[in-house]
Amino acid sequence: MDLRPGADSCYKCTSCDTSCPVAEVDDSFPGPKFQGPEQWRLKRKEDTEIDDSITGCSNCMRCDGACPSDVPLSQMHNTARGEYVDNQMTKLSREYLRNRILANYGTLAGIGSKVPRLTNAIMGNSLVQKLNERVLGITAERDFPEFADQTFRSWWKQRGGPNVESDEKRIAYFHGDYANYNTVEVAKALVRVYEAFGYEILVPDQRCSGTPMFANGMLDDARRSAAVNVESLGDAIEQGYDVVASCTSCSMALRQEYPELFDFEGTETVAANTYDALEYLLINENVIDPLSEVDAADHDIPDFAYHAPCHSRNQGLDRQAVELFRHLDGVDVADVGDSCSGISGTYGWKEEKYEYSMEIGEEMFEHMEHAAGETGMTECPTCSMQMEHGTGYEIDHPLQVLEAALVDTDVEI
Amino acid sequence: MAIESDVVVVGGGLAGATAALSAARGGAHVHLISANESTLRQASGLIDALGYPVADADRGAEGGGAGADAAAGPLADPFAGVDDLPADHPYRLVGADALRKGLGLFDDAVGDLYRGGHTDRNALVATTSGRAKPTARYPRSMAPGLVSDERSTLLVGFEAATDFDAPLAAERLSAAGVPFDVDGVTVAFPGEYRADAAVTRLAHALERDEDAGGDRTTRQRLADRVRPHLDDDERVGFPAILGDSHVEEVRADLSERLGVEVFEVPTGPPSLPGIRLSDRLFEALDDAGVSMTTGTPVVDFETEEDGAGDDRIDRVFIDRNGARIPYAAEQFVLATGGLVGKGLGSDRERATEAVFGCHVPQPDDRMEWSEGGAFADHAFARFGVRIDGRGRPLDADRAPEFGNLTAAGGVVGGADVAREKSASGVSLATGLVAGRTAAEEV
Ligand SMILES: Cc1cc2nc3c(=O)[nH]c(=O)nc-3n(C[C@H](O)[C@H](O)[C@H](O)COP(=O)(O)OP(=O)(O)OC[C@H]3O[C@@H](n4cnc5c(N)ncnc54)[C@H](O)[C@@H]3O)c2cc1C
Ligand code: SF4
Ligand code: SF4
Repeated sequence: MDLRPGADSCYKCTSCDTSCPVAEVDDSFPGPKFQGPEQWRLKRKEDTEIDDSITGCSNCMRCDGACPSDVPLSQMHNTARGEYVDNQMTKLSREYLRNRILANYGTLAGIGSKVPRLTNAIMGNSLVQKLNERVLGITAERDFPEFADQTFRSWWKQRGGPNVESDEKRIAYFHGDYANYNTVEVAKALVRVYEAFGYEILVPDQRCSGTPMFANGMLDDARRSAAVNVESLGDAIEQGYDVVASCTSCSMALRQEYPELFDFEGTETVAANTYDALEYLLINENVIDPLSEVDAADHDIPDFAYHAPCHSRNQGLDRQAVELFRHLDGVDVADVGDSCSGISGTYGWKEEKYEYSMEIGEEMFEHMEHAAGETGMTECPTCSMQMEHGTGYEIDHPLQVLEAALVDTDVEI
Repeated sequence: MAIESDVVVVGGGLAGATAALSAARGGAHVHLISANESTLRQASGLIDALGYPVADADRGAEGGGAGADAAAGPLADPFAGVDDLPADHPYRLVGADALRKGLGLFDDAVGDLYRGGHTDRNALVATTSGRAKPTARYPRSMAPGLVSDERSTLLVGFEAATDFDAPLAAERLSAAGVPFDVDGVTVAFPGEYRADAAVTRLAHALERDEDAGGDRTTRQRLADRVRPHLDDDERVGFPAILGDSHVEEVRADLSERLGVEVFEVPTGPPSLPGIRLSDRLFEALDDAGVSMTTGTPVVDFETEEDGAGDDRIDRVFIDRNGARIPYAAEQFVLATGGLVGKGLGSDRERATEAVFGCHVPQPDDRMEWSEGGAFADHAFARFGVRIDGRGRPLDADRAPEFGNLTAAGGVVGGADVAREKSASGVSLATGLVAGRTAAEEV
């Protein structure tokens, strides 16, 4: 892929550098302007190796949104990282092994979730955590996310699939690995909310969206996953379904990273027909009027400290939850500011990045503590981990709040 | 279906923010859509209204000497200069009163962050290049540095932040005849940072007063390094990187350590005062109940005919990675900026307005677009849509392009904002009117 024209449109304004959360705390990281346009210019001269600082980038993609000149920064980072891992990283190194494991969380989760209680017990064991840190470089400071007793897909199958049929209103749900194995209640909330609005739901075959793979330069793994997803979601779109994701990194991958990195047939069609779950509802349904009739106190809905994930910010979705829940009486949803949560998927799990991750998150933690209430809200499963880790709060997804307010209540939808 | 509101504002720079606030105050529910993060994050943070009378523009832009008299140099009172502007200048079209009210709206929105609202007169602010710039509003952190103040001054630059050569700036200010003694010195920024560290990184270190080694914090060390150069100086100016958002705290602390008042000098992009201003306006928009979508350009629109045979805009579409998302409203405001902000496009043939294709008057012959010389009267500097007194963009026959569209800021033609030093004022005046008109009609 030739990204040099993009490199040429950089006019060195350094907006990207000032928006980079990693450069702000990690003095060894040269920042996105170097990672992107400068590195691409250097590469014009043959034989230039990729600078190993590329592994310092967390793939938060904030630099993308900050560039006034539409330089494709994250595409450059992803491509460079892929090249670096392919050509310059020793496949036997501890770092490679660790990154490969983190990037392929879904495969491990698939095995672990077969025996959720046992896995939870083992992973929750502090000895195992110490061992992981020493042998693999996975920080012992964090608790592994617990596996749900039953995966979402198994619940869905047991339930017999959709409860609502419709020819006009049809969505194909991309749940991703996390809502399938861990936060199953988010996936169930999506089902209940969408069915309440009259949607027929399809749960198509799918693999990991690829987000953790891009972030670790495992582009071959990502390509394999993406091929399955594009084909399966493409079929669904052909049958009149729009694709909806509850995780903003998943929707980001399908919408932006796939077309930037791959060219399977149908990649563009999938990108153009994929939406975030809340976004899609707000475009197509009147959510505001029914929500305005609800009093949060009747449903034990608490106040929230809301954090917009970087990947939702990148899609221009950072305001939608705060603005929607303004219409819900009796609830204060405070935006905890525009900083990055610091975890960026797998970044904050790496032993050598853990401290940076917490330093980046500090501003968010502080704002959360100043906000009313002791419950957090976000769309991203790893931001949610970080919010919980830093404050001890319980964290909900906006769909869960909609579920509490609108489903099985006496509100007319 | 579509996302619905009363007023959709297209463009998130100063003009869009002003129009959105103005419409929200008029009682409308406003949705602000912007293709990129606010351009204010790049801007110096100074709010210029009218710095140079047009007739004297050439002399003014080159010389700009401090304390020069109004006829030869900067305008003392921007309002007094409005009547001398060309008849199709936006200030003439919307009126000096709109400028006054626009500045008032700004003062209200930014509160204690800014100074200058106590008077109609321009202030002169020293810049990093050693010029004295006439401006209507300036950040509070710059207030002790005004050129009209006669206290002797030390300017301090950092080895790391290279765009402020303090000794050179001091020399130039002296040469321009400022009414005080001024010296410049360059010191190393305390602590260990990479040579190309982002200015936000340094600002952050000052704000958090990070450990700078040897049991001293960043601010302690900085004061230690500046103190030996202080002589009899009564105030000290630093490049504007004194903290992210708690600049007053940083300034107070450094002032106390140095025993003299500390101020900021406006720098080029990226600019902390610009970032602070952008954050403050964002809060004001949020408080006013304005909805915002950022990072998504408006790429298309649909019209419908009103009863009288005129076109009205029914909805605009944003592009979100290939998905087209409709935003419907009663009224629309165009605030997409000029050639730089991408509101105006140009090919070899013509300059065009990029979103709605509004009429942009221009010479037929491209050769007439500019006359030689960097500060000469470039026709293209005045490019843009033409509006009526209520902010409606006009077609070639001087009739409103659409029944429900107003325009504001850099996309509006008729002003040479770089020469006049009027960029922000034009955005405030036209933004106020565009938002007001929109709100009146929902
Ligand atoms: C580096 C810099 C320094 C400055 N310094 C000063 C100064 O010292 N004094 C002063 O008075 N003023 C200064 N300004 C000018 C001031 O900040 C404003 O830029 C000016 O008032 C014009 O404002 P605007 O909102 O019309 O346009 P812009 O600031 O250009 O904003 C246009 C906005 O529209 C958005 N946009 C464009 N096309 C679309 C689309 N299709 N869909 C959605 N959104 C779109 C852009 O993303 C942008 O947010 C400076 C500006 C810059 C950039
Ligand atoms: S993706 Fe995030 S971490 Fe990486 S360079 Fe860009 S802003 Fe920095
Ligand atoms: S923000 Fe864009 S134009 Fe500015 S330095 Fe970064 S890549 Fe270059």
